[in-house]
Amino acid sequence: MATSEALTRRVSTALPRRRAAAPVRARRAALGALAHTALILFALVMIYPLLWMVSASFRPETEVFSSPGLIPSAPTLSNYLSGWLSQGGFGRFFLTSGLICLVSVVGILLSCSFAAYAFARLSFSFKRPLFAVMLVSIMLPLHVTVVPQYIIFSRLGWVNTFWPLLLPKVLAVDSFFIFLLVQFIRGLPRELDEAAEIDGCGPVMIFWRIILPLMKPALATASIFAFIWSWNDFFIPLLYLTDPDLYTVPLALRSFVSADGESAWGQLFAMSVLSLLPIFAVFLYGQRFLIRGIATTGLK
Amino acid sequence: MVDALAGPRESTSGRRAQPLRATSRRRSRQRSRQNGAALLFLAPWLLGLVGITLVPMAISLYLSFTDFNLIRFGTKFVGLDNYLRMASDSRLLASAKVTAVYVLFSVPLQLVFALLLALLLNQGLRGLSIYRAVYYLPSLLGGSVAVGLLWRRVFGGDGLLNQVLGLLGLTNLPSWIGDPDYALWTLIIHHAWTFGSPMVIFLAGLRQIPSEIYESAAVDGAGLFARLFRITLPLLSPVIFFNLVLQVINAFQAFTPAYVISGGTGGPNDSTLFYTLYLYTVGFRQFDMGRASAMAWMLLAVIAAFTAVNFLTSRKWVFYGDE
Repeated sequence: MATSEALTRRVSTALPRRRAAAPVRARRAALGALAHTALILFALVMIYPLLWMVSASFRPETEVFSSPGLIPSAPTLSNYLSGWLSQGGFGRFFLTSGLICLVSVVGILLSCSFAAYAFARLSFSFKRPLFAVMLVSIMLPLHVTVVPQYIIFSRLGWVNTFWPLLLPKVLAVDSFFIFLLVQFIRGLPRELDEAAEIDGCGPVMIFWRIILPLMKPALATASIFAFIWSWNDFFIPLLYLTDPDLYTVPLALRSFVSADGESAWGQLFAMSVLSLLPIFAVFLYGQRFLIRGIATTGLK
Repeated sequence: MVDALAGPRESTSGRRAQPLRATSRRRSRQRSRQNGAALLFLAPWLLGLVGITLVPMAISLYLSFTDFNLIRFGTKFVGLDNYLRMASDSRLLASAKVTAVYVLFSVPLQLVFALLLALLLNQGLRGLSIYRAVYYLPSLLGGSVAVGLLWRRVFGGDGLLNQVLGLLGLTNLPSWIGDPDYALWTLIIHHAWTFGSPMVIFLAGLRQIPSEIYESAAVDGAGLFARLFRITLPLLSPVIFFNLVLQVINAFQAFTPAYVISGGTGGPNDSTLFYTLYLYTVGFRQFDMGRASAMAWMLLAVIAAFTAVNFLTSRKWVFYGDE
């Protein structure tokens, strides 16, 4: 807050007033330091629980809750080893989650960019009402359809299969991504399409040869969101995956905590840290695209 | 988003006006060819829309007037019974109250944090991207089961928070998640903790305010408060509105944190029984799918009403420039 005053001061001191410059600069530096201190302290408070979890995962099981400090006295990997070997091998849950995410992301990218191209570039009957339906369905609560979906999928014998998790992704049910990609395609110059059309390209060729390659930044954004949401997805797997052999990581994490409170917290923390690593990695790698994506959806 | 509601813009540039004589046959062929291509491109989405959204919605509406139960034979049509019985279902009323408190407290709290931090970070401080990343991280991890379970440990009786407060000399502390008076507040804090994504949206909105406006205001001698309340907030109001609508819809549907933190029960004493959690219990623990469907439609109606109220009252405070 206070620094904005400094900012205007900078604007107003653009006039030559050399005598006042030094104290003003000193004051600005002080205010900046104050702002940074506040921001850093607040950031530490925010991520302290996460840091504590990481540190606790390296403590022996008996000392997991020994102190609120962040430096384990005798760091050990025992939680990671025993956690990885627990529940018949924790690695399989990572494999399951990874495969589901991979299919989900590819499915979302393809189906949603198809639909987005049609909405952004083709003229067809009922375009406006369909577009409105697509926008409304972004806000539709999942719960309105989840009960009949469960009945239908269970009649099809799909309980304890991955179809209920994957099919909605492949069929572009999450229209948020369509919206995101439409916004992006609208920003591409139409002259490209027209030039290609004159060269005798049809809509399919234009999409494949011109639009899709230009959509890379938007596709990067979409795939990051799609990955993180699929990776964290809990409600749908909870409904359809009751066989522990098919568990995704979030479902398996829950198994560490038993109802009576007797829980393997050390192992749980170790596996939790591992489960957050992919999100963290994707976030670090794709931060640029993420921020851009959030900024461009709905803020045209 | 608001802009998008206007529907897809048709660019007419580059469309050469065709002589009237231009065969309508050719134009209709072009029209139909685009229809064919559009159908091809929209096919996956249309299949999903019909098969996974619209048909289930219709079935769910029908079920809400029946006593359909997944594990019992024989389904009767019961008319409005499911809807009428809601008023006398004490657990449902409790869950509606829990959800209302959650939405009313967690969303404003989250948005205030997001706005304050965005304003602070927008002052041209160094290291913006690092701060932004750190503050955004909880938004990414917040929905995960791992963080939900961590929350259980942080706010437990012998949890991290009480250990820290103990170091500060406080004793006789409650077990926050085990105490019906406080359990919901741990979830409200959890939602406020994920203020990163609205913050990033605010930052993007602040970027779009032209600096000339501030410069001319400075020449006019506008103080800090005048700048904030006369320039920044009015120009940012569409973004505030967008975040508000989005986060209210999100908060109504929150499920994972409540499920994980309460071990799937909504306890202690139904104090964290979110509406969605109760819906899950009725539909997938008691298999009372008629009632669950009626509850789902009620949820949709409430969310739609809130969103409509947001839109209607927005005329009073949302300022769209002449763009």
